Amino acid sequence: MKRLSRYRRHKAVGPALLIFALLGIGTTFSVASATTASQTTTADRSALIEEGRQIFLKGCSSCHGINSEGGAIAPSLVGVGAASVDFQVGTGRMPMADMSTQAMRKAPLYTPEETAALAAYVASLAPGPEIPTEAQLNYERDGSLAEGGELFRTNCAMCHNFAGQGGALTQGKYAPTLMGVEPKHIYESMVTGPQSMPVFSDKTITPKEKLSIIKWIKAAEKEPNLGGASLGRVGPVTEGLLAWTLGLGVLIGVAVWLAMKAR
Amino acid sequence: MTTEQRIGQVANYVDERTGAAAWMKKNLQKVFPDHWSFLLGEVALYSFVILLLSGTYLTFWFDPSAREVIYEGSYAPLEGVQMSAAYASTLHISFEVRGGLLMRQIHHWAALIFMAAIVAHLMRVFFTGAFRKPREGNWIIGIGLLTLGIVEGFLGYSLPDDLLSGTGIRIAEAIIQAIPVVGSYLSYFAFGGAFPGEAFIPRIYIVHVLLLPGAFLALITAHLMMVWYQKHTQFPGPGRTEKNVVGYPLMPVYMAKAGGFFFIVFGVTAFISAVASINPIWLYGPYTPGQITAGSQPDWYMGWLDGLVRMAPPLETYFFGYTISWNILIPGLIVPGILFTGMALYPFIESWITGDKREHHLLDRPRNAPNRTALGAMSITFMLVALINGGNDLIATHFDLSINQIMWATRIGIIVLPPLAFVITKRLCLSLQRADRELVLHGRETGRLLRLPHGEFVEVHEPISPEKAYLLTSHEQAPPLALPEVDGRGVKRAGALRNKLRSRMSVAHSEAVPKVSTDDLKEIEHH
Repeated sequence: MKRLSRYRRHKAVGPALLIFALLGIGTTFSVASATTASQTTTADRSALIEEGRQIFLKGCSSCHGINSEGGAIAPSLVGVGAASVDFQVGTGRMPMADMSTQAMRKAPLYTPEETAALAAYVASLAPGPEIPTEAQLNYERDGSLAEGGELFRTNCAMCHNFAGQGGALTQGKYAPTLMGVEPKHIYESMVTGPQSMPVFSDKTITPKEKLSIIKWIKAAEKEPNLGGASLGRVGPVTEGLLAWTLGLGVLIGVAVWLAMKAR
Repeated sequence: MTTEQRIGQVANYVDERTGAAAWMKKNLQKVFPDHWSFLLGEVALYSFVILLLSGTYLTFWFDPSAREVIYEGSYAPLEGVQMSAAYASTLHISFEVRGGLLMRQIHHWAALIFMAAIVAHLMRVFFTGAFRKPREGNWIIGIGLLTLGIVEGFLGYSLPDDLLSGTGIRIAEAIIQAIPVVGSYLSYFAFGGAFPGEAFIPRIYIVHVLLLPGAFLALITAHLMMVWYQKHTQFPGPGRTEKNVVGYPLMPVYMAKAGGFFFIVFGVTAFISAVASINPIWLYGPYTPGQITAGSQPDWYMGWLDGLVRMAPPLETYFFGYTISWNILIPGLIVPGILFTGMALYPFIESWITGDKREHHLLDRPRNAPNRTALGAMSITFMLVALINGGNDLIATHFDLSINQIMWATRIGIIVLPPLAFVITKRLCLSLQRADRELVLHGRETGRLLRLPHGEFVEVHEPISPEKAYLLTSHEQAPPLALPEVDGRGVKRAGALRNKLRSRMSVAHSEAVPKVSTDDLKEIEHH
């Protein structure tokens, strides 16, 4: 004790104590939030909802309203469900960076725990689509590749392009690329229909069919470019560009060289 | 016996029986002028040969049938999918036939380069005035080849029966149906019933592999024979006249050059085909009328047509229970009809405007025919604006633009930009003429500054070589047509309005910066 108290007034004590305190709070917080996410008792659930409500009030309510009732610039969130929140916040689309055309994918602003809290809060307002569990998302086991392709071409390719590369919509809006999107988010987007996308309810496309679509998208993502450079997998436009530049361009160069040598 | 003697014996054997030696000697010594732009047509010709060779290879496995089959090949994502035999056999060529995918890609890349070379060749012929008498007929054959090339390419694009193919055929069907009165009958005739039916693929197959290639061979032969008979045009220069051809003999110079160039064209095409994917039909999936993909585009040579259709405002009229879809009719048939007719008739239009009925074997430098060059730039601008709108969705996503903005920009651009291109190009040509005149009169600016004894700085000008001076002054500058409105007796001539139009166009056509005359030069020497 004596030795400790000797350093009581050392000038490093202040900063050291501060670091200890911060570490302590941080550890406690991370342990606490980890337990809330994994437990599902009613008490923890209401604590999670309350935490989500606090985040909501700070980060979302200015547009969506104090009670999620919506406003002039943002829709009501009553009944959109946890899946909607998990998709929009989990892909970084919400909170929105600019409201001119559509929310774009960016690095998520909230941690997975905060996102879960927000989702729990919004889900508590009214029933809506739920976040699919890991077990529900076993597309490798439950999906069918060829059927997924058929469904994709019938329902998705018209906006997202035949290889899921994305495409243009009206007025600057666009269907984003599906390459590198998490299976969970693909599933949620089908269930909730974010932004310009329609809702594909479980009656139109069954959960199993949704998994088939995800399986096909994931296969397309991994598929090697069998014919050489893919040129973006966007169809004949880039092919025409290459035919004129690398094709005819090089041949004109050769022609100039041939005619030059004759002199 | 030496090899030479042996070859001589064989040649003698043939000559004694056919008498070919004299004919061969005459024709093998035929002289062709040399310029890189004269090789553009050759690129098209060689691409055509590549197309014939690779296409023949593909026919060994392609099954032109709309019969429905279940896919059981090696491409897993399509396993068990229902598709046409045409699509399944194209997958088979791509994945199971040895060299099949490479051949498919060579065939498709060669088709794109073929069309690009035709267009580049057409521009060369147009901008240098090579279409003038006596070559108007060959110009028309060329326009025929271009048109057939577009159709042939489109049919090839349609044959594999993938999602893009079917979408293209659907648009073609819409354009056929847009023809007033007979449209729907024609469509039923072409498809053998309702779209898509079973008859269309076998039909377009035989057109694609027999009918049109046959027509191509005939027209290309005629095209080349006319070049042979009428002799190739040449650029002006010392020693080159309307009555001679300065260049190298076919044997051995052009035999070697053309032969080598063929292999270079084949090599470049094969290289691109080996490293870059084209038309990955397995990704598109088989065609069913209920499916469509974002970014459905035709190959580039039809992109302008797609662009015109995309920018057409939604105009329709209804009368007596019939619908006339102007939004398809105008961009799909009327505008292309006007464009291609105008293009085919251009040699006659120009000769009518200039009143020039003489033969021309010496080419124009584009700047020395400002009106024609400007007209060409105007047409290219029109086509480019249309082509850009053909890719409006990809431009929108890749450059963060709105598809609506692009559509409006091209709608306005296609009316405003071509005339602007005309004016700018014409001014540019006249400025270049002025620069030529300066060059002949005052020589080349050397960049060397000289200080004269009294302190003045002058730049030293170096007189240009007589050859160069000849090149810059040898072209003729015809005065505009003089078409009096009244005849000698003061009576208004018949067709006054037509003559007025003709004179005005003639004045515009003959606008030029006066080239340096001998008097000008004498005067400058006097100083």
